[in-house]
Amino acid sequence: MSAPPITRGLLGTGHPSLGAHLAAHGPLPTHGDPVLAAAGLTGRGGAGFPTARKLASVRDAARAARTPAVVVGNGGEGEPAAAKDATLLARSPHLVLDVLALAARAVGADTVVLAAGHHQLAGLDRALAERGDRGRVRLVGLADRFLAGEETALVAAVEGGPPLPRGKNPPVWQRGVQGRPTLVQNVETLARLALLARGESAAGHTLVTRHGHTVDVAEVPLGARLGDVLTVDAGVQAVLVGGYHGSWLPAHVAAGATLDRDGLAVHGAALGAGVLAALPADRCGLRESATVVGYLAAQSAGQCGPCLNGLPRIAAALDRLARPGPPPAGLLDDVARWSGLVVGRGACSHPDGSVRFVASALRVFAPELAAHAAGWCTASSSARPFLPVPAVTR
Amino acid sequence: MSDRLRVDPIGCQGHGVCAELLPEAIALDEGGYPLLAAGALPDDLRRPARRAVAACPARALHLDRAADSGRSAGRQTPPGVLTGNAQGGLAQ
Repeated sequence: MSAPPITRGLLGTGHPSLGAHLAAHGPLPTHGDPVLAAAGLTGRGGAGFPTARKLASVRDAARAARTPAVVVGNGGEGEPAAAKDATLLARSPHLVLDVLALAARAVGADTVVLAAGHHQLAGLDRALAERGDRGRVRLVGLADRFLAGEETALVAAVEGGPPLPRGKNPPVWQRGVQGRPTLVQNVETLARLALLARGESAAGHTLVTRHGHTVDVAEVPLGARLGDVLTVDAGVQAVLVGGYHGSWLPAHVAAGATLDRDGLAVHGAALGAGVLAALPADRCGLRESATVVGYLAAQSAGQCGPCLNGLPRIAAALDRLARPGPPPAGLLDDVARWSGLVVGRGACSHPDGSVRFVASALRVFAPELAAHAAGWCTASSSARPFLPVPAVTR
Repeated sequence: MSDRLRVDPIGCQGHGVCAELLPEAIALDEGGYPLLAAGALPDDLRRPARRAVAACPARALHLDRAADSGRSAGRQTPPGVLTGNAQGGLAQ
């Protein structure tokens, strides 16, 4: 795998201690407006919302409501194939902690929360103690669920309830934690803000989790050719871009794609959770996809009828299509119809993201569908699944 | 003034009362959950729409005034609004 050139970056301090952090980056300037520093930075959500505008929205909503806002650092990385946020929090916790206080000042917040997986809390607590910030930032452990990092599920978890999505109306920047205007910001975006506030360049890179012969997390330049940051050679048949709400691209298309919002949108893909997975040629793409969709169906919060009804049907159909042998007549049409019936009908984007993944799998692995219909499978490897899928829990 | 129907997807339990009272604008999918006709509600359906809203046992059907829907218009498709794709499914 080619190593991307990067300066100190988000992962570059080498040691998670405060001393190493200060040696690498220096102290955070005590003045300066994070809203200004955030110019040019966009969030990691699907819409790529400008971070500066989000900060300003929360600040204005808090002023209008005459109530202190809440800041929540979102380290809830529910994507089984993603490890970028966990790696960032383990290697550079102080970049994230630096900017939580700054963001709180900027939006007028009196409550600061950092939410992450339970296994991360000890390290984060150590980092807070080093800074004397233990009383200023509340750590919240998140359940190991796909939707744990979904904005409204995160707000519910911070309030101590079950981590279930609530719907976007009203949005959390208006009414989030305890009904107060709430800034929910991905930890990578926060860490980039910590570098920008120091005058370092940071907006031009992104963290990705790469799956190839090995799995690693790297910081790569936005605008790079995807084939230059991930090995996409003759031994690769397709690349999953974004994660389990993302899209499969055929290997030759993926290799030439430009790794940024517009460059991926051309191919119907998005950076999403930052997953880049190069599926080896000896695997069955349909089997891999069916396993993922089974997991996604089981991870539905089960609150919205169309998702609760639709995803298991779609998952069962994918599982059938992943097996060699002629499928029941009309099954592909059924999948298309069921997919159409879940889009836009959930409180969160789980159904939409799941059927986007399904549609890309059926497109990219169409030759495999034909092989299966004819009674055989092109895969020669029966190793355990290439894409990681945790044991299904509900 | 054009109003819009909206379903709270978490609240909706698929009772189907809405589709019975307002078949001009609401159909049920295969699982019994409502599909709303795209776009604004025609003015002549306002009265039956209000009746359907009041009759929803889950209180999950809402009629947003045009002014409200303007304010809350987000980047996201409002829950319950049919996409082109889903409409195709409805037509079949």
